[in-house]
Amino acid sequence: MLSYFSNPQRFDQLARALIPVLGFLSVLLLAVGVWLALFGSPPDYQQGETIRIMYVHVPAAYMAMALYAALAVASFVYFVWRHALADTAAEIIAPIGAVFTVLALFTGSLWGKPMWGTWWEWDARMTSVLVLLLVYFGYMALRAALEDAQQAARTGAVLAMAGIVNLVIVKFSVDWWSSLHQPASIIRLDGPTIHASQLWPLLIMILAYTCFAGWLVLYRLRSQAIRRRVRTLQRQREQAARAREEAVS
Amino acid sequence: MSEFLEMGGYAAFVWPTWAASVLALAGLVAHALIERRQAREALRRLERDEA
Repeated sequence: MLSYFSNPQRFDQLARALIPVLGFLSVLLLAVGVWLALFGSPPDYQQGETIRIMYVHVPAAYMAMALYAALAVASFVYFVWRHALADTAAEIIAPIGAVFTVLALFTGSLWGKPMWGTWWEWDARMTSVLVLLLVYFGYMALRAALEDAQQAARTGAVLAMAGIVNLVIVKFSVDWWSSLHQPASIIRLDGPTIHASQLWPLLIMILAYTCFAGWLVLYRLRSQAIRRRVRTLQRQREQAARAREEAVS
Repeated sequence: MSEFLEMGGYAAFVWPTWAASVLALAGLVAHALIERRQAREALRRLERDEA
């Protein structure tokens, strides 16, 4: 399937079909999720109304990690099959992932202050998420610094794949070290430990963020395709102009 | 309504998280739309020169 859609034209057809669907789903799920999170769910018996921070904090943190996984997969596909589309995807995913990581850190800090009594603690979860942000920044800086596009793509891919180690640390940090942060409460072997009245709004918000990120990446991939065509046309013009000049002289 | 806005005394923590989230998502959308429009305009300009 991957090789089928690696054809740029077929990919464009698929993206054209998916973009409106994902856009519609994002708006719909966000509307339902926000309503449930703010009005349709009860305050927590321990955390009171601060539980409403969870409905935007957890989806942001989830996207920070999911987009990193996507970045690593795209980098792998580029690295092994040298597929230009995968590299463009990686280039697009990185800044979006960085935005969600900043959002996760910011909302987490605003949740930590009233519940733990501190904005920040250098414990395993928070530190590893900060490292995740630095890996995103490092990836973007590396690509920007290398002038040769192919070299930037290859070196970036290696960095992105190596960064997977940190992603694993983020995920298991709450199990391996003692942390202020609570352990996983949705994806567990023995089933979720959140009450349904809080689980549903949270799951809908996570799904909404996922659709949104999917929409955004596909939309931007098509914009990049337009830009690539602009560059190709410009190069053709320049070559034609040069050929004319040479013919005159 | 004002009770809702007070968020059980945690308004100063709850609302900034929601504001930041709205801002982040809106910013990502705005950036994507501007990028698309600029790309389209550049292409249109080149195609116009051709004609």
